[in-house]
Amino acid sequence: MKLVKSLFGPKTRGRSISFALVIVAYIVISILQSAGSIPRMISSLLVPVCCYIVAAIGLNMNVGISGELNLGQAGFMSVGGFSAAITNAVLLNTVSNDFVRLLICIVIGALIAGFVGWLISIPVLKLEGDYLAIVTLAFGQIIMSLMNNLYVGFDADGIHFGFINNTMQLGEGGKMIVSGPMGVTGNKMISTFTVGFILILISLLVVYNIIYSKEGRAIQACRDNKIAAETIGIKVSSTKTLAFVVSSALGGAAGALYMMNYSSVAATKFDFNTSILILVYVVLGGLGNMTGTLISTSVLVLLPEMLRFLSSYRMLVYAIVLIVMMIVTNNEQIKTFFEKFKKQKGVQAHE
Amino acid sequence: MKFSKVFKGGMVAAMAMSLVACSSNSTTSAKSTSASAEAFKIGGSGPLSGDAAVYGNAVKNGAELAVKEINAKGKVQLEFKYEDDQADGEKAATAYNTLADWGMQASIGATTSGAGQAVSPLYQQDDIFAITPSGSSPAVIYQNADNESDPYGNVFQMCFTDPNQGVASADYISENKVGTKVGVIYRNDDNYSTGIFNKFKTEAKKLGLDVVAEQGFANGTTDYSVYVKKCKDAGADVVFLPIYYQPASQILAEAKKQGYETKFFGCDGMDGILDMEGFDTSLAEGLYMLTPFSADAEDELTQNFVKNYKEAYGDTPIQFAADAYDCVYAIAQALEESGVRASDATSDITAALEKEFTSMTFNGLTGSDVTWNANGEVSKAPKAVVIQNGAYVSAE
Amino acid sequence: MAFLSYLIGGLGLGSVYAIIALGYSMVYGIAKMLNFAHGDVIMVGAFVAYFALSSFGLPTIVALILSVVACTVLGIVVEKLAYKPLRGASSLSVLITAIGVSYFLQNAAMLMWGTDTKIFPTILEGTLTIGELSIPYLTLLTILSCIVIMVVLTMFINKTKTGRAMRACSEDKGAASLMGINVNQIISITFAIGSGLAAIAAVLLCATYPSVYPTLGSMPGIKAFTAAVLGGIGSIPGAFLGGLLLGVIENLARAYISTQLSDAIVFMVLIVILLIKPTGLLGKKVNVKV
Repeated sequence: MKLVKSLFGPKTRGRSISFALVIVAYIVISILQSAGSIPRMISSLLVPVCCYIVAAIGLNMNVGISGELNLGQAGFMSVGGFSAAITNAVLLNTVSNDFVRLLICIVIGALIAGFVGWLISIPVLKLEGDYLAIVTLAFGQIIMSLMNNLYVGFDADGIHFGFINNTMQLGEGGKMIVSGPMGVTGNKMISTFTVGFILILISLLVVYNIIYSKEGRAIQACRDNKIAAETIGIKVSSTKTLAFVVSSALGGAAGALYMMNYSSVAATKFDFNTSILILVYVVLGGLGNMTGTLISTSVLVLLPEMLRFLSSYRMLVYAIVLIVMMIVTNNEQIKTFFEKFKKQKGVQAHE
Repeated sequence: MKFSKVFKGGMVAAMAMSLVACSSNSTTSAKSTSASAEAFKIGGSGPLSGDAAVYGNAVKNGAELAVKEINAKGKVQLEFKYEDDQADGEKAATAYNTLADWGMQASIGATTSGAGQAVSPLYQQDDIFAITPSGSSPAVIYQNADNESDPYGNVFQMCFTDPNQGVASADYISENKVGTKVGVIYRNDDNYSTGIFNKFKTEAKKLGLDVVAEQGFANGTTDYSVYVKKCKDAGADVVFLPIYYQPASQILAEAKKQGYETKFFGCDGMDGILDMEGFDTSLAEGLYMLTPFSADAEDELTQNFVKNYKEAYGDTPIQFAADAYDCVYAIAQALEESGVRASDATSDITAALEKEFTSMTFNGLTGSDVTWNANGEVSKAPKAVVIQNGAYVSAE
Repeated sequence: MAFLSYLIGGLGLGSVYAIIALGYSMVYGIAKMLNFAHGDVIMVGAFVAYFALSSFGLPTIVALILSVVACTVLGIVVEKLAYKPLRGASSLSVLITAIGVSYFLQNAAMLMWGTDTKIFPTILEGTLTIGELSIPYLTLLTILSCIVIMVVLTMFINKTKTGRAMRACSEDKGAASLMGINVNQIISITFAIGSGLAAIAAVLLCATYPSVYPTLGSMPGIKAFTAAVLGGIGSIPGAFLGGLLLGVIENLARAYISTQLSDAIVFMVLIVILLIKPTGLLGKKVNVKV
């Protein structure tokens, strides 16, 4: 009951719009899919879109709500993804139900990424502004570099790890899970759109619950004015840590879901460009605005695929669209024009 | 901020429209399938944008050239569509599905190994035949790559697998006494390079070659002086470069700068080095490489190919283009010999192609008497060449 | 001896990073934006110089001037078209636009100039030999250019009227415009100088590491950004110091620790330094008031 109330309370209109949007989109797509009217190109993008949305919601928590520029979200996706791949391979024979195993993988991916996020947050949150940003970038690069040199094998004796050079001798029936630059290979693909949908709902629930809680208000107070927040007794470092850890855990969950959607993913997939891409989704959707993140992520993931008919001009046009979108959404005149329009509508609604 | 909601409403509408537009697109293409039932639909994907775009473009050009020639002969008719995958697994999966929507019946697979590893299960799932020109990782054709078991069965390779190249290189260096102390400079965040290197190292140990320096560099490295200096200091009398020709050109230049006189030995990725714009070919003097293709070869087939390629695209073809050209010809040969028709079910076409490929012998640019085993692995003789006076000369 | 030669190699690499970082830092100081497209301006500069040298056979100095002119114009045009409409928007919006510009330049270069790697012609050969130590003249030239650029730039900022106006803008744009400074013009000039420097860096970078390709600028761009932050972003001597340090650490890490992990080590050192000096080596500590 409390949940229903909180969903439709006056303060939480943004929240109910987000949930409604996700649920409606899921229902519509599911119906279209069962009717067979969605081309495979689009349906193959559904899970990646869900992953990027979850990662972007997490990042928005960090960048939008907590106000810290994070340039290493892909690093957490990487940690989550690789942990999930290992979990998946280890549990393949013990947990036969794909759905259950996927859930375990995602939970483990989120937990480990959250833990790594907590470790990293200790040095990171000592810094501010662009210095903080560069350190997150640095951690992203370090994680990628380490993952690129990581070898993990699994046989009857358990899990074996190797670093830089693969020296392990696996026993009978042994299998390499992660092989250095080749990344994860032979992963069993178990991600589904429905799980992606559930994961989006959960992450929205988590993020909104934090935003509208005491901690959430503290986080936003720290963002808007650190000193003022400190003077009224808010512990700045622990509130910021909370936001950072939640953000990285969501990144990890997203990475786990992503990994489980492909049979093979290399560590270089989660590079600086991917971190930047997720940041683009967040900024374009609006800082702190989760509904915006949902929409901008879906649009920007689908856009380059929609532009395939342009062949070699595809990425060029994508770049132009990106620049124009940024300019248009930030243009004062257009902003005020729509604001007027909006106000009129608001007045009519009241009458 | 309120404006953003309106804007977003617009975006949602645009998204919905594009969804609808896209689904209508696919239906029209489905109709056109039945109209031109005589042509087989051949797909393929590779990087046309991003870091590795040069390989995707080479494959696309090589394959298109082959399709044009085959169609002009009038026996088997092919329709070819090549999608951009940015050498990325996720994008490759989307590219694959775009091709599946188009009605692809056979494919030249993905150009790069990373992308190939991600799409091979999809080819298997849909039972569509694929032969990759250049996805050389064992993980492209085997589900269990480390001990090379569980082949996908319908995914074949035109190139050697990376481990095979590593073994062949070590064998060649040892047999022909190119050197005894080996230095290796490889790219440690690259599948191809580490794949060759790892097997090379094991084989070298077996043969009693002494690997005195192993240097890994990462993508985006600009400065190679340390790598060269370490090989020099270790006294390596042959430096093995299982890398592509672009970084190799820099390593050769650096070696000259440091006055390091040694032998360099490369694999198939080295092909193309002589045709780089602005490259001082004297740097590559004495460079050995194991490559199935060289644009300088004197046989008629290669010369015609190079001439036509230059006419059509203005560049000298690299090995990737030659492999793609061979892939298309091999598919065409198999289609012709099996007698399947474009109107047959895709699974029948796949079965016919698998049968032909495992039984036929193919003669192409990258090898003669080429055969494949049931796992999809190619068997052809690697050619060792050495660069003398700015041209490839057979090293045998 | 080996150590010295690694050190000098590192200084050469670091000088290139430093010149790029100077551009980064200047733009950041004045416009308060992270210009992620800076690396791609380098790429354009490299291509212009490459075509001038090898296709038209122009002398090196002409090629350098052409490249500087092209990049300066490009810098101003990009600023006017893409960044100026966003004046007043959040710095993150500008950052995303810069990323858009970066994608645009890379893909445009791919379409115009092809994707294959081109080899930059040699502009300076030979080595200086002192005892056992041999240093390529090019490395010396790079280090020297870097020092000259740093000194000239510092003097320009401190002594000239435009330089003073720049400093004023970086302190407080509103106050600066009240004092009669044309802020938009100053920002354009900053972009022009930053992009011109990128062209010089491009020629030096490609002369030392002679590969020219469309994504050439991304990695040096990230490294230079790191260097600028390491030295204290916005500070010109800081960018210089940060660049040199980064180059040296990178080279020594490769030589003595691990070639495979050199990037990870560089970033690790960065993190440690920032923990000790949270605003970079020479960055100013800004006091925030409520």
